[in-house]
This record gives sequence, C-alpha cells and structure tokens, in this order.
Amino acid sequence: MTDRKTRRKALHAAAKERILLLDTAMGTAIQGLGLEEEDYRGERFSDHSRDLKGDNDLLVLTRPELISNIHRENLEAGADILETNTFNATAISQAEYALESAVDDLNRGAAQLAREAADAMTEKTPEKPRFVAGVIGPTSRTASLSPDVEDPGFRNVTYDELVENYRQAAKGLIEGGADLILVETIFDTLNARAALFALTGLFDELGDALPIMISGTITDLSGRTLSGQTPEAFWHSVRHVDPFSVGLNCALGPKELRPHVAELSRIADTLVSAHPNAGLPNQFGGYDLGPDEMAEHIADWAKDGLLNIVGGCCGTTPEHLKAIAAAVEGKAPRRVPQVKPWMRLSGLEPFILPRDEEEEAA
Amino acid sequence: MTTGRFVNVGERCNVAGSARFKKLIAAEDYATAVEVARAQVENGAQILDVNMDDAMIDAVQAMTRFLNMIAGEPDVARVPVMIDSSKWEVIEAGLKCVQGKPIVNSISMKEGEEPFLEQARLIKRYGAAVVVMAFDEEGQAATADHKYAICERAYRLLVDKVGLPPEDIIFDPNIFAVATGIEEHNDYARAFIDATARIRENLPHAHISGGLSNVSFSFRGNEPVREAMHSVFLLHAIRAGMDMGIVNAGQITVYEDIPKELREACEDVILNRNPEATERLLEIAERYRSEGGSARKEQDLSWRELPVNERLSHALVHGIDKWIIEDTEEARLNHEKPLEVIEGPLMDGMNVVGDLFGAGKMFLPQVVKSARVMKKAVAHLLPFIEAGKQEGDKDTKGRILMATVKGDVHDIGKNIVGVVLQCNNYEVIDLGVMVPTAKILETAKAEKVDIIGLSGLITPSLEEMSYIASEMQREGFELPLLIGGATTSKIHTAVKIAPNYKGPVVHVLDASRAVGVAGRLASPTLREPFVKDIAQEYEKMRESHAKKGSGRTRLPIEDARANALKLDWANYTPPRPTFEGLRDFQGYDLEELISCIDWTPFFSTWELHGRYPTILKDEKVGEAARSVFNDAQKILERMVAESWPGPKAVVGFWPAASDGDDILLFDPESGEEMKRLFHLRQQIARREGRERPHLALSDFVAPLDGPPDWLGAFCVTSGPEIEQRVAEAKARQDDYEAIMIQALGDRLAEAFAERLHQRVRTEFWGYAPDEDLSNEDLVAEKYRGIRPAPGYPACPDHTEKRTLLPLLETEKRCGVTFTESCAMQPASTVSGWYFSHPESQYFGVGRIERDQVEDYAHRKGWSVEEAERWLAPNLAYDPMALRQAAE
Repeated sequence: MTDRKTRRKALHAAAKERILLLDTAMGTAIQGLGLEEEDYRGERFSDHSRDLKGDNDLLVLTRPELISNIHRENLEAGADILETNTFNATAISQAEYALESAVDDLNRGAAQLAREAADAMTEKTPEKPRFVAGVIGPTSRTASLSPDVEDPGFRNVTYDELVENYRQAAKGLIEGGADLILVETIFDTLNARAALFALTGLFDELGDALPIMISGTITDLSGRTLSGQTPEAFWHSVRHVDPFSVGLNCALGPKELRPHVAELSRIADTLVSAHPNAGLPNQFGGYDLGPDEMAEHIADWAKDGLLNIVGGCCGTTPEHLKAIAAAVEGKAPRRVPQVKPWMRLSGLEPFILPRDEEEEAA
Repeated sequence: MTTGRFVNVGERCNVAGSARFKKLIAAEDYATAVEVARAQVENGAQILDVNMDDAMIDAVQAMTRFLNMIAGEPDVARVPVMIDSSKWEVIEAGLKCVQGKPIVNSISMKEGEEPFLEQARLIKRYGAAVVVMAFDEEGQAATADHKYAICERAYRLLVDKVGLPPEDIIFDPNIFAVATGIEEHNDYARAFIDATARIRENLPHAHISGGLSNVSFSFRGNEPVREAMHSVFLLHAIRAGMDMGIVNAGQITVYEDIPKELREACEDVILNRNPEATERLLEIAERYRSEGGSARKEQDLSWRELPVNERLSHALVHGIDKWIIEDTEEARLNHEKPLEVIEGPLMDGMNVVGDLFGAGKMFLPQVVKSARVMKKAVAHLLPFIEAGKQEGDKDTKGRILMATVKGDVHDIGKNIVGVVLQCNNYEVIDLGVMVPTAKILETAKAEKVDIIGLSGLITPSLEEMSYIASEMQREGFELPLLIGGATTSKIHTAVKIAPNYKGPVVHVLDASRAVGVAGRLASPTLREPFVKDIAQEYEKMRESHAKKGSGRTRLPIEDARANALKLDWANYTPPRPTFEGLRDFQGYDLEELISCIDWTPFFSTWELHGRYPTILKDEKVGEAARSVFNDAQKILERMVAESWPGPKAVVGFWPAASDGDDILLFDPESGEEMKRLFHLRQQIARREGRERPHLALSDFVAPLDGPPDWLGAFCVTSGPEIEQRVAEAKARQDDYEAIMIQALGDRLAEAFAERLHQRVRTEFWGYAPDEDLSNEDLVAEKYRGIRPAPGYPACPDHTEKRTLLPLLETEKRCGVTFTESCAMQPASTVSGWYFSHPESQYFGVGRIERDQVEDYAHRKGWSVEEAERWLAPNLAYDPMALRQAAE
C-alpha cells in the first residue's frame, strides 16, 4: 500500500462502503502533554532568537515521537484518515516565530510522521487501509476582511501572497507522502479560493491531482462564515475544484453544527465531512461534551444519512473517536445526490440560474 | 436564490456607462461609489456588474479597491459580482478579490485559440462563470451563422478541452444597431435572436446575454422610440432563449403600452420583416419624440400635466399610487364635499377600469392594483367625510355581504370577488372566514344588504351553504344569494342549494362574472328577467340531473368488494420505512421549495388561464401573467431575504394492515392496534369490455395475514407567518399583496407537499432511492406511490382528518388545527396518507349507494344521517327523497 495511486483507489472504494473516520484534535492532545519551551526548541532551535512555546507544528521536528504517539492513538481509536500536524505551517503563520525558513521541513516532516503511522497501522489491518490528509490551515490573515475599521478597503495580505504560502505548504505535504490535501477551518472563503488556486496549479505541475477535502467554519450561531457566507454560497465558491469532500469543522459543537451540515448534505454533489468541536467552549475556554454525548449526536446524523466522513475538532480525544466509531459502525454512508446542471454563483448568498428543461422541451 | 427566466445585471457601477460613477472613481470617492452599488442591489439587481475600463483610470487598482470596499458591505456583497473588463489583467485583479463565485465578462477568440484557452483555464481555476463574446480572429460576428459558429466552436473548446461546466458559459452574440440606413445592418437584431435560438437548441445548459442599448443606437435622442425598440427586441430575444442581460429599467417600456403603429414598425425593424421597415420607423418616429427630446421621465410623466381628474383616472387605470394622495387632496379642495371626489373622478376612473376589465383589456392583477390605488384615495378622504357627515350614506350601486361559511377558512377567491365588486362601486361588507349562519343573517338584516355572497372551498361547505339557504327561507329573506368557491358548481347550486330558498340563488363562476351578476340583480329593470332565466335554467338542470341520476347503475357493496383489487402479496415484500413514528421539519428551506413551485395553479388563482410557462408568452393574458409573476418573484425574494420562517411539516410511518375496506395502524413499539382508518370503495358498474377492479385505498396495503407493511402520513403548512403577513397587508388596505402572499402560501405548501413526497420516496421510506424525475414528470405524477388527502376523490370523507391530524400531533409539531367542518388552519396546509405499493394509484370513489353508507356509518359509529351529511357530495341517491318515499 505504499503506492499513492493504489491508496487513492482504496480511499474511493472505502468512501463508497462506509462512513470514514477522521482523527481528533491535535491541539487538544498537545495541550494535555504540558510541554515547556525546551520541548519546543529541541536541539535544532536551541539558539533561536524568539520564544517558541506554543508553535505546535514545530514539535514535528523537535519532539516527533510525541506527534507519532498522538497519531497512533487516533488510529487505534479507529481513524481512517490522519491529519498532519501542520495547521500553522505556512510562512505567514510561522513568521510570528521567525521560522519562515522551516516551513518546507515542517510540512514534509509532518506528512512523513503521519505516513509512517498510517502505513504501520495498515500493515496490521490491511483490510482497513489508513490515509494521510495534509492539513492546510487558514493562516492568521484574511483576504476579504479589513483589519482596519477605519478603512474597509484595506487588506494586510494579498491573494498572491496566500497562493505562494499555500503552494509551499502543499508541496511539502505531498513530498512527505500525503494522500489528500485538507483545506480546513475556512473562516474566509477568499483564503480558501487562493489555497485551491495554489493546489490546482501545483497539481498541474506535478501531473497528478490529489483528492481535495474542503472544510469551512461557521463561526457562530448566525450560520455564516466569518466572512459572511451562507453554507450554500460557500459551496458554490469552492465546488469548481471538484473536491473529494466538502464539510464543516470547528467553532461549533455537533448540536449547533447539525443544520449546516444537513444543508451541505442536501446540496453538495460530493462527499460531506464534519469534524465538530466537543460542544461550545465553556467559560474557561475548555470543552465539556463527553464522548458518549458527542457520539449520540453523530449517530443521529449517520442515521439520517448526512455523513460520509466524520471526526472531531477542538476538545475531542481518541476516546471521543472510539465512541463515534461505535456510533457509525454499520451505518450506510450518505448517498451523493445528483444536481441539475444549473449555473451556481455566489456572493455572500447563493445565486442559481436554472435553464428550465420544461421550457426547453416546449 | 433561484430566480425566474431573465436575470437583470445591475450596470450602474460601470465607468464606461455611467458618467456619475466614473466621476466618483476618478475622484477616488469610493464611499459614494459603494452607495451606487448598494442602491442597485436594493432595487433588485441580482448580479452586480463592475467595470473600470477608462483611459484616465488605473483599472487594476480601481477594480481591486472597489471590490475590496464592497466586500465589507453585507448588503452589497450579498449578490455575485460580474467582473467586466476588456483587459485580462483587470479581470484577474478582480478575480483575486471576491470570495463568492463571480462571472467574468468577457473573453473571446479575437486573438485566436491559444490566449482564449489560457484565459479559460485560469477562469476555471479561479472558479468563475464566463461571458464569451461572439468574436473571433475575423472580428465580431454579425450574421446568425457566424455568431452561432463562433459560439459552437468556443463551447466545444471550453467544454471538451478546458473542462469548464457548460452551465457556467454565457454567450454574448453581439447586439448591434439596426435601422442605421445601411442595408446590411437591417438583419442585425434578427441575427442575434436567431443565433440565440440556435445556441439554446444545440449547446445544452449554456446561457445567453447581451447589452440591450446598442440596438437602438440610431434613434438616440428619441427615447420613446428607443424604449419601444428595446421592449420589442427583449420580448423576442427572451422568447428565443436570452436569459441574462444588462438592462436599465428606465430603458424599457411595457410592451403592450407601445402604440400599435409604433410597435409594428419596431417589430418590422427588429425582425427585419420588410425592406421598407427602417424608412417607415424613421417616418413615424418624429411623432413619438417626446417634448424636450431626451429624458424618459418627462415623457413618462406627461400625464402629470393633465387636469387633476384625468390624473386620478390615469393613476387608477395604471395602478400608480405614487401621487394619489396629493392628487386626491387637490381634487378634494376643488370639490364642495369630499364625497363628491369619490362619486366623481374616482368612480369615473374605476368605471374605466371596470369597462376595460369587462372587455378583457385589463386583467385581474391590474384591477387589484387599481383597487389598491382607489383604497388609498378613499382612505385619505374618509376622515374628511366623517368630519362633515350630516348627509346620508354614499350612493353606491348596492351593498353586498360576503362571507366564507362556517367551518371553512379559504378566502382568497372571495377576497378577489370583493375587490372587483368594490372597484365597480359596490359597497362590500366582508365578514371574513368561518362565519356562522346566524351572524350572516343578522348582519344582512342589520346592514340592510342587497345581496349575500357565500364562498367555500372544501366539500362540507357545500352542505353549509344549503343549510344557510334553508335558514334564509325560514327567516323570510327574499334577497339574492350568490354562491361561489372552488368546489361549488352550477349543477350543485341548482340541485342542492336553490331548492331550499325561494329567493334568487345564482352560482358565480369567477370574479369577472360577479360584476355582471350583481349588476343585473341590482338593476330594477334587468333583475326580473334575469332571475327568471336563472330559475328556468336551474329547473332544467334539476330535471336532467334527476333523469341522469338513474342512468349508470352501481353494484351492491358486497359485489364491489368481491371485485376489489387483489394484489399478489405472497410474492411481494413491502418496503420498510427508514423510521417509524413521527419526524417534524421546522422552518424548511424556502429557496428549495421555491424552485419546485408548480406555477400553473398560481395563475388560475388570478383567473389567468393557461399553462406555465407558456402563459407568460400568451398573446392575450401574457402581459398580465408576467406582471403578476414578477410581483410574485419579488415577494418570494423578500421571503428569502427577510428570512421569513419556512414552512413546517410532520411525517410519520406506522406498521399497517388492511382489514376489509379499513386500514389498521399499529403502535411501532408495542405492536398493538392504534388506529383504524376508514375508506370507501367504488361502486359504479363497469361498462362491458372495460371491467376494472372496484378500488378502495385499503387494497394497496397488505392484509392482516399478508407480509408486514407500512402506511405513511404527512401534514405540511406554509405556517402562521403567511397568515399574519396577509392580515398585515389587508390592514394596509393592500389587497393585492394580501392575495399575492396567500396565493404564494398555497403554492409553497403544495410545493412542500410535493418535495416531501419525493424525499419520502427517495429517503425516508426510501423505496425509490434512484428516482430522478424532472419537475414535469413530478407534476405528471410519474412516480411510485401516492399521497391521497382526506376530502379528495380517493378518500372523500373529510372527517378522517380527525384521525390523521392528531396522529401526526400537528397542533404541537406544526401548529395545524382543524375546524368543525375539518378545514385545516392555517389555510395553506396540505395533509394526507402515503401509500408505497407500485400499483397504488389515484382514483375517485365516485357515487356510492345507501348500502355502503349504512355499512360505513356502522363502522364509524355514526348514524346513517350523519354519514349522509358528511358524504353528501358522493351520494348516488337523494336521502330526502328516499326518506319521503319510505314514509
């Protein structure tokens, strides 16, 4: 199963058969380890000019065994797809730690760690092959929002800069062995569109198009992304890359996320994924939803045929994944609907221009 | 947002087309420029065109800056952007600023295939739709053949080589000026229209767009002629398949408003129908040139110069309420008494409306708009009339009491009749819905009305009307009784209602007849002969009905049962639903439902008859249909934009088995019998050679000793929000909007019922997961399984709703209740049963004999009389006659 093309075939076959499991929160797991500045620095960055504590992505290079452990726990809990520890592994985000120069290594290294963990597990259970999704996070900047309230036309990042950042990250992830690319936690769809533009360009160069997973974030109970789009408008904005899946993650717990996942499930002519948080944050910024409660929601989603891929975001643990795995066990994956060949545009809201078949016949 | 057939692109944010916008951009006044965009979206632009192509402007910088500015304005950024430039670098700069999926306007093959393909590939990667100009290496195409050839070539390249979805391609086959005096230009408009038709026919899913104003370029300075040309051109281009365009509302006029001579001349020019066309149009054009030359407004508003009475008349006929208060006030000051304004100019105007309507030159929606203007005028005058009240009542043609009868909540038709009667100078006292008999009669006496009009939709209302007629007789009334509503008929009125009352009883088919009938009844000279005629006609109908009654024979119920549909249950496994018990839907997605609306009945509500969408092009009613359709779209857009609570529904499934003609439902948990549903069986004798089973719905469910089977049920409602909005519109005296919202509520409930049934088939019951039917097939019911509703032909007993609705817990789950006559509230509600068997089909129980009625009464624990009352429309016999004969 080391050949990427063979794995890709197996991935498509598995998605037809069952609801696939995505792993759980990397950040939550790292937080639980109680690491200190020197853990982050390791040998390689012991002389680095800035504090590095909190740069979780760096642990891939400095404490790789910890990250491998987290991957293994998730695989043991049932994960089909591992997410690389690269949420902030872009030049823009690493600039905060003055580590732009490490970005290639971060992405390649993170993908290699996940690849090794996944392959080891696949060897044990060949009937259930495991896959690696190279994670591309949103970066800390937004292309369609102004950071300056006085000047709504101002931007602190350009589309071209984002394309370059995402391209670099994706290249490292692919070199390290990722099976898919997961563009996730999308607050601002313009960032995501830049990421997708970078990916299609890179794929053209490589002569190989990896499956793309796209996961947006509904930031609050308004039911919109931070940049103001409804889920359907968001879908219209990204469906041109014919993604492997589209879905939602983060910000909300399963209860709050359900209607939006249901909406995507209804309209998206591709697989639908979801990795919600373990509820809404409590007053200490923690998450309270236990594995069983979470699994109860997910069981309902699965029963109602909303899901193809499910996992957990902030606050979720391998224990959550175990419960979710049990909850979706044996449940049929969502059937991908056919949609009419109508022009589907969007602003913040969707716009559909049908060509009326009935009229065509008349 | 799913929209109708033609998308209008807002075009004021274009430095090439708007001097004002250009000035703002040149001065870098982006804040005001954003307001230009906002105003367009507020006025209904569905897509926002942005163009910065000007020699004095840095277009890349301006495009970027402006798009970034509007990204921060939710009211503007709501709609997709059309990035409009002839320079690729400007387009690309725009593509880097929008998070939504935009349209690129435009690319072409004028530099050859390579740059075209390269740009198209980038557009695909950016994620945009694209306008393709009919332009190639040889230049812009002028003939239909060349236009089509370019579009076909581009289509093949884009679809086959680039992999762009065909639905994301919009062709612009070039609109050029006609009537320029140069002979080869004469065919330009027709070439566009022909090319459009060919694209539509041969290049599936692609769209067609164009910039309208070019076509009339040679008549610049003569706005009335230009507007006429635009309207004529659009009509034909849209018919051919054009579905998008840059059209400034101020550039067009109402097609039907164009004087015939001008219209025909324009048509000749646009369609290049004869070689003299240009000469002819030039010849007459001067006569239509407005005073002062250019501005449309002056032309349009010339009626504002007329004397006040004529202005009032104009406003009424055209349904314009903008100046009605000030004009009414001016008229009031000119008259001694405010009442004279109503009786004089306002009524004169409404008489014109009434005459045009009667002559078929105006249509119902326009009349209702006129009434809205009238009501505003009257509302303005009322306080003055009240203040100076010393004289008697105003002099109307008559006073008509209208009511929807007890147990019935449907009043849309009644409201329309009321409006039309008011337009014709009748005073209407509308008692609303669910009005008890006693209140109708008391009010009729107290208010000294001249006519009573009754309305109802559901079949039990027919019985109620008969009862009211008999009560009028008992209380010694003599005034005329009008009967109307969807289930009423002339024959029912003649046979069942008229015999109960000695006064005149007249069935009124629709609103347009109401005025004629009321007019004759109110006229001292016409009334006698009219009443006599009707009485004779009804008498004849009764006689022939009595004869016909004994014509077709019916089988004894036992024989009909012996000939029931016998399905092969041994070799059939009924599908199991995905859940048992109830599931509800709160606030279902309006946009999804809007796309499944079956529009034909909507037009029927407005008494515009014809099938959608052809009705929009109908020669006679097309304009009225388009107008009411456009207004409907606006309301639907509002519903979506203002997030009106979506419709609600409950769906349930239970294990079920048939037991004779009944169906038993079992508790999914305990397996115990829960409910018994009563059904009726056809009894009509079959003609020789046409023997078919005698159906009852229970035939479609496995018997007790058969395999496990299930029955489903549903209730959908457009919700109380609709009723509230209708009430609000009525309170504003806006009957037009009230009727519109109510009619859309009905359509949404029906669309929801249809959509839900589809989801039941494909998802919830799931027996047809791969069903893939077009809207047309859905309307034609080409699917498996049925959803008959109590009160409709297959199960005509309305009282089964007393089982159905509580079973679905509708009061709690979706707020639906029912009246004593089993009318559901809110009025826009649909309920019914789901049957899954492939052989299940809709049918009519038809007339039934007393043996089945007795048997049914026994099963339901009713007296035979009670059964006869509820099943009255289905009785094959006259219970009164039968009883009298027995005595």
